[in-house]
Amino acid sequence: MTILSLYVFVLAGFVGYQVITRVPTLLHTPLMSATNAISGISLVGSIVAAGARESTVATVLGTVAVTCATINVVGGFLITDRMLKMFHTREKPKAEERK
Amino acid sequence: MTTRELLIQATYLVASVLFILGLRSLTAPATARRGMQQAAVGMLLAIVGTLLHEQIVDFRFILLGLALGSAIGYPLGMFVPMTAMPQRIAISHMFGALAATLVGISEFYNAGNGGAVGHARMAALGFEVLFGALTVTGSFIAFGKLQELLPGRPLTFKGQNAANGVLFLVTVALFVWLVVEPATPWAFYLMAALAFAVGVSLVVPIGGADMPVVLSLLNSYAGLASSATGFAIGNNVLIIAGALDGASGFILSIAMSKAMNRSFGNVLFGAFGAPVESA
Repeated sequence: MTILSLYVFVLAGFVGYQVITRVPTLLHTPLMSATNAISGISLVGSIVAAGARESTVATVLGTVAVTCATINVVGGFLITDRMLKMFHTREKPKAEERK
Repeated sequence: MTTRELLIQATYLVASVLFILGLRSLTAPATARRGMQQAAVGMLLAIVGTLLHEQIVDFRFILLGLALGSAIGYPLGMFVPMTAMPQRIAISHMFGALAATLVGISEFYNAGNGGAVGHARMAALGFEVLFGALTVTGSFIAFGKLQELLPGRPLTFKGQNAANGVLFLVTVALFVWLVVEPATPWAFYLMAALAFAVGVSLVVPIGGADMPVVLSLLNSYAGLASSATGFAIGNNVLIIAGALDGASGFILSIAMSKAMNRSFGNVLFGAFGAPVESA
């Protein structure tokens, strides 16, 4: 189980590395914002902690964690969208040139 | 494998693929927005999949948290002026990392304060709390600097490197001890507290202008913390999204410091052990 998890981790990390190299400077900030939203994936762990009803402490911590992670996810995606909307029209011609 | 389990794993698999596709699309201006939407759908699927988990018996608090978080997250996302973007990312980041930290603490607490935790699981939990906690305070200091609540210039004092070094070493020593001897609650909570202090000491010596690079690096740490959560609770979507985030955040922070004509090591100067700087 743990070894398999390690495989998954290393391979996913490698994919992350491959996917991101060669990102244009222009997209640095939106990409940072988007990966920030994705890091809200800790919401998945938080939901389990909040709903498993193992102890009061865990439920309280889990509920706070769900709240925090949701702020991260909702705010993160909304802000990225706003950012991308802003320069979408301006950047289109440039992107076609590149092709 | 039950049908329910199968369904959960299927949503996780699709979510992971969507995260990868989304990140890829995000690296080209023409497809960036679509990429973001793919990632958002992936996140939604991951959440729905998790809600199907049979471990979850009580939905009230989950719904409360989701509602509260959305109510706070929506204005944060919609009404913050564009010029305040970096600090908004910093604060949102702090929340994400705090979630990972709290989950780590509750896991440790649930397992009889470490009594029922194996060595490998303790390593994952310790890692999660360590990286989570230092990201929380690190992001908060970054937010303070960007918002100009704190002076933007690097804050340094005599003997700072020595003090930071000792702090860091003690924290790591506690972590190692915990892996060897998981049933030591005081070491766990002390490590968590010290990790918060490490986050402050990492970011305080760095100037406000370099904050975006630091933010991206903290992003990578938060990703690693999420991955560690995945190891601790045996959840692949957490491992994958966390690893994607960890790797891409790291590469992005190197790319950003290059774009700013700063050497990566230089930005982190004073932050000990910047591991790879010749990438």
